[in-house]
Amino acid sequence: MHGKPIANTRSATGIPTAKLAVYWLIGSEIVIFGGVLISYLMHRLGHPEWAYDAAHTQTWIGAINTFILLTSSLFAVQAHHFAEKKEGATAARWLYLTALGGGMFLCLKAYEWYGEISHGYTITAAPFWSFYYTAAGIHASHVIAGMIIMLFVAQTAKKNEELHRVENVGLYWHFVDLVWIFLFPLLYIAK
Amino acid sequence: MSEPASTHHAHGHGAHDDHHHEENFFLKYFWSTDHKVIGMQYLLTGMFMALFGGFFPYVFRMQLAFPGISVPFYGVVSPTEYNALVTNHGTVMIFWVAMPVLIAAFGNYLIPLMIGADDMVFPRLNRLSYQVFAVSVVVIIASFLVPQGGFGGAWTAYPPLSANPDYNLTPWGSTLWLVAVALEFIAFLIGGINFITTAMNSRAPGMRWSDVPMVVWMICIASILFMASVGPLMAGAVMLAFDQNLGTHFFDPKAGGDPILWQHLFWFFGHPEVYVVLLPATGIVAEVITTFSRKKLFGYKTILYTAIGTGVLSFFVWAHHQFIAGIDPRMANVFTVTTVLISIPIAEMMFLFIATLYGGSIRFKTPMLWALSFIALFMIGGVTGIPLGASGSDIYLHDSYYVIAHFHYTFFPIAIIGSFTALTYWFPKMFGRMMNETLGQVHFWITAIAVNGIFIPLFVLGAAGQHRRIYNYNHFAQLSTPDLQALRILATVSLVILLLAQFLFLFNFFYSMFFGEKASKNPWKGCTLEWTTESPPGHGNWPADQLPTVYRGPYEYGVEGRDEDYWPQNVPN
Amino acid sequence: MIERLIQPVSTFAGDIDQLFFGIHMVVGFWFFLVQGMFFYLLFRYRYREGVPTTYVTGKEKHLKKWINIPHILIILCDVGVIFFAVQTWYNVKQNLPEADATIRIVSQQWAWSFVHPGEDGELGTDDDIKTVDELHVQEGMTYHFQLESRDVLHSFSVPVFRLKQDAVPGRVITGWFEPMHTGVYDIQCAEMCGIGHGIMGARIHIESAEDHAAWIASKKGT
Repeated sequence: MHGKPIANTRSATGIPTAKLAVYWLIGSEIVIFGGVLISYLMHRLGHPEWAYDAAHTQTWIGAINTFILLTSSLFAVQAHHFAEKKEGATAARWLYLTALGGGMFLCLKAYEWYGEISHGYTITAAPFWSFYYTAAGIHASHVIAGMIIMLFVAQTAKKNEELHRVENVGLYWHFVDLVWIFLFPLLYIAK
Repeated sequence: MSEPASTHHAHGHGAHDDHHHEENFFLKYFWSTDHKVIGMQYLLTGMFMALFGGFFPYVFRMQLAFPGISVPFYGVVSPTEYNALVTNHGTVMIFWVAMPVLIAAFGNYLIPLMIGADDMVFPRLNRLSYQVFAVSVVVIIASFLVPQGGFGGAWTAYPPLSANPDYNLTPWGSTLWLVAVALEFIAFLIGGINFITTAMNSRAPGMRWSDVPMVVWMICIASILFMASVGPLMAGAVMLAFDQNLGTHFFDPKAGGDPILWQHLFWFFGHPEVYVVLLPATGIVAEVITTFSRKKLFGYKTILYTAIGTGVLSFFVWAHHQFIAGIDPRMANVFTVTTVLISIPIAEMMFLFIATLYGGSIRFKTPMLWALSFIALFMIGGVTGIPLGASGSDIYLHDSYYVIAHFHYTFFPIAIIGSFTALTYWFPKMFGRMMNETLGQVHFWITAIAVNGIFIPLFVLGAAGQHRRIYNYNHFAQLSTPDLQALRILATVSLVILLLAQFLFLFNFFYSMFFGEKASKNPWKGCTLEWTTESPPGHGNWPADQLPTVYRGPYEYGVEGRDEDYWPQNVPN
Repeated sequence: MIERLIQPVSTFAGDIDQLFFGIHMVVGFWFFLVQGMFFYLLFRYRYREGVPTTYVTGKEKHLKKWINIPHILIILCDVGVIFFAVQTWYNVKQNLPEADATIRIVSQQWAWSFVHPGEDGELGTDDDIKTVDELHVQEGMTYHFQLESRDVLHSFSVPVFRLKQDAVPGRVITGWFEPMHTGVYDIQCAEMCGIGHGIMGARIHIESAEDHAAWIASKKGT
């Protein structure tokens, strides 16, 4: 492929272009998750009986997953730290660890869902479960997307190229993490 | 990697950046990352979809004027087909014509050229945006060809009708419709991020915020509005898709869901969406009226503030679509206030456009005629919004033909007249040739007069109590009078005239593209940067070492003490 | 304006017609004023050989007042429109007067069923009269209606009453009307409800007290 357009190298606002785009991306994602969460909250507040279903979520799995995601975010910070020091290979290793955290999160989620579905709490079982699977499912798809992007970024970072991407994918990962911080209390703790 | 592709920019017009593929038609036109090619792709796709979406009203208006006849080129219209036609006319015209042409086509084409950049900041993301959009086109067309036919639950897709195949009887059509709309949203989210980032970061050296041409501003504000409003509907679309296919009950009241929730999610997007397409059209009009009246825009910053004000207010008016939908009647009062108030910034903007004409030297060329007709006709749409936004009269007018006439008087100027304004104005830049002026004016006058013949009768029909989306009014004694039927026939005849006139345009468009008079760099003597490069611009827009620098605002026409009556942005003094 | 196209038959129809008329007078005034100004400017400042343009930025006070004064006047007009709109809305939708009788309206794909109180004037008793696509009411009586839906959204619209209300499955929505003249008029469904939406009409029979009593008597025991 050819090089970047000159447009990409300009920075009239002073914010690096890619980072600016990530901010806008996160902005658009916030409204998507905002839509899901506000819809859920409006229903939840209007239907106290949902607490019966909510009581069947496994808080400790959710808690471990919260811990895993927070830890992986810390790894992403480490990756950024080394990328700043132009140590691409080390940054890539931290990115792999971050992605591994995402993988663990997904495995645990799969185990959790498997148990719930086999107990009959499927997506159609009750409105609570519909929201539970939809909200967490949309979040999980973002975790998967984040992991894939991270692996690509790690490939280039290893060669000490495009190191600014390490920070950008990290920003995105923190956002995905933050969404979970909202989901966890709403889906698990609020019984 | 940080070395820009400067060596490639010395190529002539349209040369691809990669030598080995220079002659490869597919790579040049279907796999290109050049913003101009992507803009053209969006433009031609949008024009194709306009024919598609424009054929629908021909069919259903024929059915309304002459109920039960076999419509030429179509056949007899069944109620199912009628519903699918009206539903998809709305959907296609908004999502596959107005948005791709006004925002994506001209956004892509104009933003880099007008801010003096060689391309978008993310050319490959740009290509991806078009590819996702192209898939959505295939899906929406496919939704007609599946068993049981296309979705017929209105473009608002209110559940439970849209959520349950037992009710809508189009299990495939409704799902494909939803998938197509969701894909289109994704395409425009990707595109929008690219537009905003490009306009924010890649402006030419010296270009301040207040030197950015109005159309670039408007497309960016529209992209931000879209981004900020579409999220909840994306979430809603996932929920509706699950309701349709997995058996969840998000919107089904029988199992604890709430159909009104969808209405809130839809209109929270749906109302800002009006401004998403309106603002780019006003931006285009701003460019054209300044050039053809040789005047600086009257109150550049005020226009900008009115646009932003309208955008912000548009997030607080959505429930005026739901006054009688079963929401708390007290809410209606709040939304009446916000809705009537939104008339203020928009009226102000129209005033400022009209004030721009003051003291000018107005040349009535085709683009200018379109721009002026936008102002004249949009005002009809604007003022007829007031009785609809006022809750008391909306009780009667809601879902009547008055609504249809009102929003067509806004959307027709926006989507159709706005597009024609832009196409006729930037055609010389895009294709390097001039369009035929006589044909252009004939096409303009037929279109601009016929549109009134369609929609003024509809105002009357609406006031007479005729509701929307009914395929044969003979079922209602009060509506099957000869007088009302005459109005319906008048509207249909006007529509047919309007549609036939579009062939004039198509002929002019394609003929001029190949055989028109050669255009100079700056045929209209405009001040903005796109007129400083070749027509059509080569790859990279300017030679890499000659990217423009900006010294002043975009509308310095008629500055005293200069030989020329215009002062391009890139000329030092 | 509306009353020349379609008769007003409910007590609040006249209010809505007046509001419609009033709003059109206000916006019509501004519309023609602005269009007049627009076409005047187009004519006055058309291109003429050798006539230069005037360079203005839009910051000049003597020009800005031409924008600002109408702007303030429009805000005042808006306040008036809001006031009368909310007043009408309040009378039609928010404030329900005491009812003389209550009817139940049940919508479904694609028919209307109406439950009228029988001779005792009470809904929910044995002598209720059920009809399909045919509503019978007495002129001069204040009715409450309870609107329900069995499947999808519908909308109960009686153009001569200027009344419209969506029916939402899972909810019972109460509204009111008072018919003024006798006659037979259309009821339309005003919300897309599927394939049969176009034929989902019904008729409202507004009868004098004697005729209405006779109708009730004729339904007795059916």
